[in-house]
Amino acid sequence: MRIGVLAVQGDFAEHIAILRRLNVDCLEVRLPEQLDDVSGLIIPGGESTTLSRLMSIYSLREPVQDMARAGKAVWGTCAGMIMLAHEITEADPVPLQLMDIGVRRNAFGRQIDSFEQELDIAGLDSRPFHAIFIRAPVVMRVGDKVKTLAALADGQAVAVRQGNLMATAFHPELTRDTRLHQYFLDLAAAPAGGAGRGS
Amino acid sequence: MVDVLTGTFTVKSGHAQMLKGGVIMDVVNAEQAMIAQEAGAVAVMALERVPADIRADGGVARMTDPAIIQNIMDSVSIPVMAKCRIGHFVEAQVLEAIGIDYIDESEVLTPADEVHHVWKHDFQVPFVCGCRDLGEALRRISEGAAMIRTKGEAGTGDVVEAVRHMRAVQDAIRKLQNMPEDELVVEARNLAVSLELLTQTREEGRLPVVNFAAGGVATPADAALMMQLGADGVFVGSGIFKSGDPAQRGYAIVQAVTHYNDPKILADVSKDLGEPMVGISARSIPQEELLAPRSI
Repeated sequence: MRIGVLAVQGDFAEHIAILRRLNVDCLEVRLPEQLDDVSGLIIPGGESTTLSRLMSIYSLREPVQDMARAGKAVWGTCAGMIMLAHEITEADPVPLQLMDIGVRRNAFGRQIDSFEQELDIAGLDSRPFHAIFIRAPVVMRVGDKVKTLAALADGQAVAVRQGNLMATAFHPELTRDTRLHQYFLDLAAAPAGGAGRGS
Repeated sequence: MVDVLTGTFTVKSGHAQMLKGGVIMDVVNAEQAMIAQEAGAVAVMALERVPADIRADGGVARMTDPAIIQNIMDSVSIPVMAKCRIGHFVEAQVLEAIGIDYIDESEVLTPADEVHHVWKHDFQVPFVCGCRDLGEALRRISEGAAMIRTKGEAGTGDVVEAVRHMRAVQDAIRKLQNMPEDELVVEARNLAVSLELLTQTREEGRLPVVNFAAGGVATPADAALMMQLGADGVFVGSGIFKSGDPAQRGYAIVQAVTHYNDPKILADVSKDLGEPMVGISARSIPQEELLAPRSI
């Protein structure tokens, strides 16, 4: 199984480093044809405005939408979550509309409001996950088919899953904790069209 | 209740990690900031004058008027950076107070302290600092810099100094990796850095924080050159808005940074860009007018 990491901009190298630690074959994806060779895709953290522009320029939108609709696993972290959303609170960037969620960008303010905290995540063992939020988004609207995996104390969802798709507002790739990457690999290894599995 | 921690080194250096593979562009007003965002910039540096004009005007270069910076902050959704003078911790306090996303403690402005840099650990906002070699980079990190950029020679459009500084950093790291452990103490003393940071750099085989290239990048090929030499991303100062067609050139440089290893795409994006900034050879600048040697 080979996992692609969208490498047009952002912290793709950090995702790849974790996948390598888990002995996973991975590929930096910059062009649409590279998506043919992967069983799953991670859209990393980065600047969502830039990611959105570059995905349009290199015709990556439709191929990513097609692979997600074909049942392949896709995971977005931070800017990646924004890209997977159905709608966001601003006109820009233009999301891929793959998950039934509404997302607010920079939900906590500017960089000085970025934070880290322990988080309980459904589907992982009972140990809390060290979650790093950097100019992070939150999920404002959770659709009927979407399961909330983690929320902040005030109830705002920050990790969600919808069948073969998942999104986190924080950055597991900046930690040494591989559990969410393993969770994603299990999704990617499930048969195509496995929507709803384990939810 | 869960502990929520802000202003930690993790969230400060983590922000720089989100900028990787990106281009940070100098802008002097909201209109330029919007052009930069549209071209795909990952952040903008808000300035009163780009380095080429600072160089031409002479005199004392200081922090930009906060009203100009705030106007730029209000106009774009990407992060906004601004420069303070080296050692001028009050300019840094002012920038933090207006909610800037990143402070560049920059040799492009006239230094306020020729001995000490800002003690950056005291701030919630992250800092980026310039370096010419590994020693400078690690000294800035020990003062709290969450991101490094090689200095190059700002405002010239001549990439030669950027190349020199990037190679110096990378060569020093390669040398470190081949050095026996019992020589590290002396190396730390020679570089005037802590043994702990030096050891961490040796183990990771790279700087402990993100390292962008800066100072002289003017073309897509310049940007890709710096990426192939090991930069995590690129600052473009005067190179975009001092060129004939800033929107097109900005867009081309952004693509060159993403596809830095693909000469066919680099060829495509290098076509029909109009006039580059005129530039001045870094070699023709008198020693006392060079910016990079300020405060080491």
